[in-house]
Amino acid sequence: MASSMLSLASASASASASASLSLQENLKGKVKLGSVHFTSCLPGKTNSIIKANHFGRISMSVALNASRFEGIAMAPPDPILGVSEAFRADTDEKKLNLGVGAYRTEELHPYVLKVVKKAEQLMLERGENKEYLPIEGLAAFNKATAELLLGADNPVIKESRIATVQGLSGTGSLRLAAALVERYFPGSKVLLSSPTWGNHKNIFNDAGVPWSEYRYYDPKTVGLDFEGMIADIKAAPDGSFILLHGCAHNPTGIDPTPEQWEKIADVIHEKNHIAFFDVAYQGFASGSLDEDASSVRLFAARGMELIVAQSYSKNLGLYAERIGAINVVCSSAEAASRVKSQLKRLARPMYSNPPVHGARVVANVVGDPALFGEWKAEMEMMAGRIKNVRQKLYDSLMAKDKSGKDWSFILKQIGMFSFTGLNKAQSDNMTNKWHVYMTKDGRISLAGLSLAKCEYLADAIMDSYHNVS
Amino acid sequence: MNKACSGQISARDVSERKEMNCGIHGVSFSSSATPSERRLSALARHLISPTESCSCSASGVSASITSSDVGSVFSHVARAPEDPILGVTVAYNKDSSPVKLNLGVGAYRTEEGKPLVLNVVRKAEQQLVNNRSRVKEYLPIVGLAEFNKLSAKLIFGVDSPCIRDNRVTTVQCLSGTGSLRVGGEFLTRHYHQRIIYIPVPTWGNHPKVFTLAGLSVKSYRYYDPITRGLDFKGLVEDLDSAPSGAIVLLHACAHNPTGVDPSIQQWEQIRQMIRSKGLLPFFDSAYQGFASGNLDKDAQSVRMFVADGGECIVAQSFAKNMGLYGERVGALSIVCKTADVAGKVESQLKLVIRPMYSNPPIHGASIVAAILRDRTLYDEWTIELKAMADRIISMRHQLFNALRDRDTPGDWSHIIKQIGMFTFTGLNVRQVSFMTREYHIYMTADGRISMAGLSSSTVSHLADAIHAAVTHVA
Repeated sequence: MASSMLSLASASASASASASLSLQENLKGKVKLGSVHFTSCLPGKTNSIIKANHFGRISMSVALNASRFEGIAMAPPDPILGVSEAFRADTDEKKLNLGVGAYRTEELHPYVLKVVKKAEQLMLERGENKEYLPIEGLAAFNKATAELLLGADNPVIKESRIATVQGLSGTGSLRLAAALVERYFPGSKVLLSSPTWGNHKNIFNDAGVPWSEYRYYDPKTVGLDFEGMIADIKAAPDGSFILLHGCAHNPTGIDPTPEQWEKIADVIHEKNHIAFFDVAYQGFASGSLDEDASSVRLFAARGMELIVAQSYSKNLGLYAERIGAINVVCSSAEAASRVKSQLKRLARPMYSNPPVHGARVVANVVGDPALFGEWKAEMEMMAGRIKNVRQKLYDSLMAKDKSGKDWSFILKQIGMFSFTGLNKAQSDNMTNKWHVYMTKDGRISLAGLSLAKCEYLADAIMDSYHNVS
Repeated sequence: MNKACSGQISARDVSERKEMNCGIHGVSFSSSATPSERRLSALARHLISPTESCSCSASGVSASITSSDVGSVFSHVARAPEDPILGVTVAYNKDSSPVKLNLGVGAYRTEEGKPLVLNVVRKAEQQLVNNRSRVKEYLPIVGLAEFNKLSAKLIFGVDSPCIRDNRVTTVQCLSGTGSLRVGGEFLTRHYHQRIIYIPVPTWGNHPKVFTLAGLSVKSYRYYDPITRGLDFKGLVEDLDSAPSGAIVLLHACAHNPTGVDPSIQQWEQIRQMIRSKGLLPFFDSAYQGFASGNLDKDAQSVRMFVADGGECIVAQSFAKNMGLYGERVGALSIVCKTADVAGKVESQLKLVIRPMYSNPPIHGASIVAAILRDRTLYDEWTIELKAMADRIISMRHQLFNALRDRDTPGDWSHIIKQIGMFTFTGLNVRQVSFMTREYHIYMTADGRISMAGLSSSTVSHLADAIHAAVTHVA
């Protein structure tokens, strides 16, 4: 909110500045105008104040020639997506993009799953139409995605206690849920892990939902600060929303154990909090769809009401198709039906109805036993490649590092990312000296690493860790 | 300010709750009451009146129940009514009558009453799917670059000064709705005037989109029910009394729902007034090429506002003119004074988009880009587009003739004067209800019919229905 206030003031200030000078002087660049106090920034009053106090003759037509958006500041690049932009601009042949979490083959090429190509071919042959989907999205997709998440035999599904609405991948699904929280639980807080995916905070900020953090990452152990996590969840006001990463925590790659998940569920239940899962890597973390959904299923089995955002960006490689879902598990079918109607009411003024293509791909893959089997195999392959890369990186580091530092966290972490423990200065060194692109929090995407480049990366990490502070 | 609440209550409370349509706005609450007093109070408030949105009681209503109870934290969430426009199709689908007619949502239908996927779209899609080097990597936040450039050229003209001067930023968004919402959010954050004027009537979703974006919605007169044409005098008066800098929503062509467009002379007057009052024009362009059959003609209003060197905003949709409804393809363009400003504006648009959905969907935009960039496909597209527009114009004439042949009372010439997909019939709510009940005609309650849903074989059924409604229902 502060930044928008600032631009409001500066927009008016600049408008007044341009109004009082000739167009030529304005175009020369920044203009200093005596004392521009806040009162002179009120819309409508600007011109007359400047006229009276500072300058004699003013041309009204000049005032109208000023841009309405003159005072708008250049926004900084997105910390995650901006990394790829910077990578593209780099001409060094050794450059390595470990920024955004998009899977790459060993040859470091983007990968479109074979099942996806098959599904798209089928869709084309069938000659399906392009009519608007209902606001809640493709029914076949919604059914498939809920069943994937909880298991088709899950009582929640059999009792119709789940509201599922197709969303714009993970981000869009989170945003719909955030909007629901803002409207129906005003003042309620969301607790985010420290650290968490960078965009989480933006989503809740823009939705108007207050948030705070719970301890998660322990830099000393490069593991989970479990006691801190439990304590912070306990300390939150009753009825808070606790954002949990279903598996493959982003950015750390550190997940609670099953026993720890039980204890987390205990304290959430005790405090009447609502568990809010972000599931972006189901099947991608361990290679098994069921295993990666076990945390969510644990909570559901305890009869708890839940919110779950899903994404098919990574596990089906459908990044750009923007396909995901928001699920709300309720204690009754009737509640689920009402909640679904309100999610629709939030989606309609945002984008009316979601895009059909990605939804059909998912529905086709999941709905066909042969394709579904092939998908599982491809997912195991992708998860397997990442595990191999982790091993090779670890081996390279241990071979090179004689300081006795324990790099085994690389093997213990799970999913696409590794939290290296490198600080901002060290991360900058990785980029500036070694042309290794990563996010400033020390996160690297192993999906963008090949076995062939592990040695080079190990050298870069070694240099940054030991020689830069 | 309302406080947080867990909302969990006993099973008994829930069964009482089942009778109510819940919904109240936030009410502050004394924290000295006991938990059960607070629970009962919360229930009592929920009994007061059902409203659309709802919030829960103050904090402290802690549960003495386990999660296996029937109580839900969502108990206070009311059932939302069906969307009025999309709800028409829902109702239509439930009807089993063989003569039912869906004239609700504005999706084109063929003469056989079937949805249409354009041939060029199929061709482009085939190309995409067959292209082995195609990937599904995240698009940039602003979308597919080539699509953005081509969309801008389409609406502004290939030689447009704003493109030549590099002072327009175009970002891919989710069709028209998404473009309007992103534009609205941007204005709320960065524009000094938070009021937007929308015409009466307008597309039902407009006020919701802008309100949720954070703008304050006011209206200007537009439709004259007596002439069934433009209330130009009212429009001028209302915009004249708008505060300086206010945003004005303009339908670029084929006004939805009335089909009544200003003439070129009237557009010029509107432009002069908007510029002299320093108002900010925000165009909704959902029917370019679909209204007259000519892409340039349907973009004239927008281009007038660029030619004068001023700033404007344009939301573009490819839902209708490319038949890409479900793919959600559109673009938001902001024409600025300078390239420098356009660059900054674009960077701020990204901050609106990223926390909403990160980046837009690739499929539809790729299809549009493939068609717009290829001379052959582009030309084929214009032919298919004109064919759709011509069929609609033909339906207008057929309906007009059918009513004339039945001697249906009233002046029905507006049917052929209005332009675009919709006709604002002038039928009232009771007449519409009657037509649905007795003739299984589905349309929105404001009397709007989608001509795209009519065919030569169904025109007489509709004419019969209108005739009956007008003669039997006041």
